[in-house]
Amino acid sequence: MATMTLKLQIWRQPGPSVPGRLVPYTAEGVSSDMSFLEMLDVVNEGLIAKGEDPIAFDSDCREGICGMCSLVVNGIPHGPERGTTVCQLHMRHFKDGETITIEPWRARAFPVVKDLIVDRSAFDRIIAAGGFVSINVGGAPDGNAIPIGKATADLAMDSAACIGCGACVAACKNASAHLFTSAKISHLALMPQGQVERQQRVVRMVEQMDAEGFGSCSNEGECEAVCPKEIPISNIARMVREYTRAVLTRR
Amino acid sequence: MTLDSKVPGGPIAEKWDHHKFASKLVNPANKRKHTVIIVGTGLAGASAASSLGELGYQVLSFCIQDSPRRAHSIAAQGGINAAKNYQNDGDSVYRLFYDTVKGGDYRSREANVYRLAQISVNIIDQCVAQGVPFAREYGGLLDNRSFGGAQVSRTFYARGQTGQQLLLGAYQSMMRQVQRGNVKIFPRREMLDLVVIDGKARGIVVRNLVTGALETYAADAVILATGGYGTVFYLSTNAVNSNVTAAWRAHKRGALFANPCFTQIHPTCIPVSGEHQSKLTLMSESLRNDGRVWVPKNPGDTRRPESIPESERDYYLERKYPSFGNLVPRDVASRNAKQVCDDGRGVGETGLAVYLDFSDAIKRLGPDVIASRYGNLFQMYEKITGEDPYKVPMRIYPAVHYTMGGLWVDYNLMSTIPGLHVLGEANFSDHGSNRLGASALMQGLADGYFVIPYTLGHYIASTPLPKVSTDADPFKEALASTQERINRLLQVKGKRTIREFHRELGRVMWDYVGMSRNEAGLKTALERIPQLREEFWQNVSVPGSPDNLNQSLEHAGRVADYLEFAEVIALDALERRESCGGHFREESQTPDNEALRDDEHYSYVAAWEFTGVGKRPTLHKEPLVFEEVHPTQRSYK
Ligand SMILES: Cc1cc2nc3c(=O)[nH]c(=O)nc-3n(C[C@H](O)[C@H](O)[C@H](O)COP(=O)(O)OP(=O)(O)OC[C@H]3O[C@@H](n4cnc5c(N)ncnc54)[C@H](O)[C@@H]3O)c2cc1C
Ligand code: FES
Repeated sequence: MATMTLKLQIWRQPGPSVPGRLVPYTAEGVSSDMSFLEMLDVVNEGLIAKGEDPIAFDSDCREGICGMCSLVVNGIPHGPERGTTVCQLHMRHFKDGETITIEPWRARAFPVVKDLIVDRSAFDRIIAAGGFVSINVGGAPDGNAIPIGKATADLAMDSAACIGCGACVAACKNASAHLFTSAKISHLALMPQGQVERQQRVVRMVEQMDAEGFGSCSNEGECEAVCPKEIPISNIARMVREYTRAVLTRR
Repeated sequence: MTLDSKVPGGPIAEKWDHHKFASKLVNPANKRKHTVIIVGTGLAGASAASSLGELGYQVLSFCIQDSPRRAHSIAAQGGINAAKNYQNDGDSVYRLFYDTVKGGDYRSREANVYRLAQISVNIIDQCVAQGVPFAREYGGLLDNRSFGGAQVSRTFYARGQTGQQLLLGAYQSMMRQVQRGNVKIFPRREMLDLVVIDGKARGIVVRNLVTGALETYAADAVILATGGYGTVFYLSTNAVNSNVTAAWRAHKRGALFANPCFTQIHPTCIPVSGEHQSKLTLMSESLRNDGRVWVPKNPGDTRRPESIPESERDYYLERKYPSFGNLVPRDVASRNAKQVCDDGRGVGETGLAVYLDFSDAIKRLGPDVIASRYGNLFQMYEKITGEDPYKVPMRIYPAVHYTMGGLWVDYNLMSTIPGLHVLGEANFSDHGSNRLGASALMQGLADGYFVIPYTLGHYIASTPLPKVSTDADPFKEALASTQERINRLLQVKGKRTIREFHRELGRVMWDYVGMSRNEAGLKTALERIPQLREEFWQNVSVPGSPDNLNQSLEHAGRVADYLEFAEVIALDALERRESCGGHFREESQTPDNEALRDDEHYSYVAAWEFTGVGKRPTLHKEPLVFEEVHPTQRSYK
C-alpha cells in the first residue's frame, strides 16, 4: 500500500460574519485506500493532538447518497472524479507531493456556517414551496391502480435520484439552483401522480428559488458536469417549458 | 414493574381493527392545541411528522443533519416488503407475518408483527400516491423481487435507492406541512435530554449545533425516531452521525431498554482497509444470487485468487449447506465467514475477507447480463477498492448493520415513560433477534404513517395534560445537568482523541460482543468497558468551545453515552445463554455448529431498567407467547 504526503490549502472561517482564508496544512502517511474525508479525519486527529481546532466539514452516510458532504476540491465541487461525491473519492486519484485546495460551496444563497460547512436550508424552502403531491395519509388508491410505463418511471427516477447536495449551485458561475429545482419538477411532472398540481408547483418552486437569491441559468452546463448523480440539464429545459406553459395558461 | 404490552384481545387478524375502534379520538378542532415533539426525520420520524401534521397537530421536528432529507434511512438500497401478492405467487398478510416471526427466530411479539404485515399493503399505496418512482414492469405495473432468501417476490424497489426515494416521499409530505404551518423543522439540533414532568414525557433539551446554545422545548408528547446504535461498534454500515444518545438519555430518565444485544451483522460488506477506516460500505445481498463465496483450502495460502486451482478452493457455504448454498440467511453467512478467517484462511492484506466470485456467472451469462444486474454495485466496489470485480473476485467481510434491540414499547409504541413514543429502528418491537431484508423500511413507515396517528391520539385524548412551560423546574434541572456534562467533557483536557476511544470501544465490542459470543469474552468486555469509560473521563481531549459549531464535542457526547450503553449490551448478551438470530452464544449450538435456541428459558423480551452508571441494571422480562406460529429450529442444510 502506497502512502503519500500532500500539501493542503484549506479554507478556515470561524463563523458566518468573520472573514475566512486559506490555511496551509500537511497531510502525512496518506494511504491510497483512504477516502478523501478519511484523509481529512487523519489531518483532524493530528490537529486535535496538537491542541488546535479541527477543520469542520459535513458528512454523514459516506457512501454518496445523503448529500451532506460538500467540498470544492481544486476548484471542482466534489473533486475530479465524474459522478462521484467527495466522500466516495479515494486518495488513489492523487499523487504524492501534490497540493490540494479545499474550499466550501460558494453561493450567496449558501452562507458559510464554519470552515467548510455551509447553510443549504434554501433547498428545503424550495421543496416546501411545492415539491410534493398534496395527498394525506389514508385515502390512497391501490398501488397498481394507475399503470406507469417503464420508460416513464425510469425517466422520473433519473430526475428523482438528486441527492440535494448543492454541487450544481457551487459549480455555476451564477450560483443558479436550476438543476436542483428542475430535477424535482421533472420527477413529479413525469409521474401521473404529479399532474394535478403540475402548474402551480412549477410556478411556486421557481418563485421560491428566485426569492432565495440563486442566480439565473446561462446554459453553461457546469452543473451537469459536477453532479454526482449525473442528472442531465435536459431537466432544466423541461422546467423552463413547464414554467412557460404554466404562466401562459395561468388564470 | 410489570411490563404490560397492551396487546388487545381477540383473534390476531382482528386485534388492530378492534384496537383502533376502541382508541379515543381527539376532536379535530382540539388537535391544533396539542404540540408533539418528534426527534428524528428518517422514515419513521418524517412519516410521523407528515401524518400528524396532516391531522392538525402542532409538530416540532428535530434532526442532526442540515436537512431532514439526509437522515440515515436515505442509504437503504435493496427495497421494502409488502404483502401485496401482486405476483400471484402465494404471498399474503399471514405469510409475511409468519416469515417475519420465524425470521426473527421467535423473539418478537406476534401481535405487533401481524399488524406490520397488515399495514404493509397500505404503505405501498401511500408511497405510490406521493409519486415515489418505484420500479415498473413493461406493462406499467409495479415490479417486485425476491429478497433475502424469501420464497415469494414481495419486495418493492426503486433501483438501488429505495430508502432514498421513500425518504424523499416522506420528507416532501412533511415539507408540505411545514409550508402549511403545522410542522416546524429544527435541523442541526441534537437531543441531549428528555424532560419528564409528573411522570410524563413533556419536553426535550437540545443543543443547537450551529450556535452551541442549549434550547428547551415543551410538548404534550415526545416521539423518538432516532434510529439504531450500530456505531457502538465504531465501524458499521450506518451513517457516521448515528448514535444512541437520544435513546440512552431517555433510558436514564426511566425508559426500559429491550434486547440491546440483538444486533445484525451483514455478510456482504467491503472489508476494512486500514486504521483510518471511518465506516463500512454495504454491498447488496442480491450479489449472493450469482456470486460464489470461497476461500483457499489451506491456511496461509497467499497466492492471487486466479492462481489458486479449483481443487484448492473451499466453497464452504455450498459445501456445508447444499440446499441453500450461498443464499443462507445473513447470520449464518456472517458466522461462517468469521470462522474461515479465524482458521487462517481469510484473504486480502488483512486476512479478514472472503472471496465473492462472479467468474462462473460471467462465463454462464456473459458480462452484459451481470452488468445489467449488478453494474452499479460493481462500480461502487471499484470506486472504493480500486479493483475490477469483472476480473478479480470481490473481497467481502461481515459488518455491523442493524440493531434489533431498542427502547421497549408496548403495542401502542409507547415506552415505559407515559407520553414517550418510540418508532422505527429506535424501538425493539418487530424483528425479534434477526431482521429480514427489506423489513426495516416497512416498519419505519408503518409506525409513522399508520400506527402513531391512532395510538398518539388515544394517549392525548385519555390523559390529562396540563400546560407546561419550559420555565418549570424539571426543564431547568435537565438543562443544568446537560450543561454540566458538556462542561465536564471540555474540562478533561486529556491526551487521547475521541476517535481513539471510539475505535477502541468498537474493537472490544467486535471482538467480544460481535458475531460470536461466549461467557469468558463477555466477561472480559464487562471489565474492559468500564475501564475504558474511566480512562475516557480522565484522558479525553475535546478541543474547542461549547458556544460554537464543535463537531468534536458532538462526537465526544455520543462516545461518552456509548461507553455507558455498551455495558448493557454485553450484560444482555451474557444473560441470554442461548443462541437466537443474530445472537450466537458458542455455549448453545447444535452438534454441527448451528444456533440453538432455548425456548424453555429464554422465550422473553429482556427489558433493562437503569439504576445508575456502572451499576447493574434491573432485568424485567416480558414473556413471549406464540399462539399462531409455533417455534421450530431453523435449518438450512
Ligand atoms: C447501508 C444500509 C442499507 C439498508 N438497506 C435496507 C433495505 O434495503 N431495506 C430495509 O428495509 N432496510 C434497510 N436498511 C435499514 C434501514 O435503512 C434503517 O433501519 C431505517 O432506515 C431506520 O430508519 P429510522 O427512521 O428508524 O431512523 P434513521 O433513518 O436512522 O433516522 C434517525 C434520525 O434521527 C435523528 N437523530 C438521531 N439521534 C438524534 C439526536 N440525539 N438528536 C436529534 N436527532 C437525532 C437523525 O438526525 C435522523 O434524522 C439499511 C441500512 C443500511 C445502513
Ligand atoms: S456523506 Fe453522504 S453523500 Fe457524502
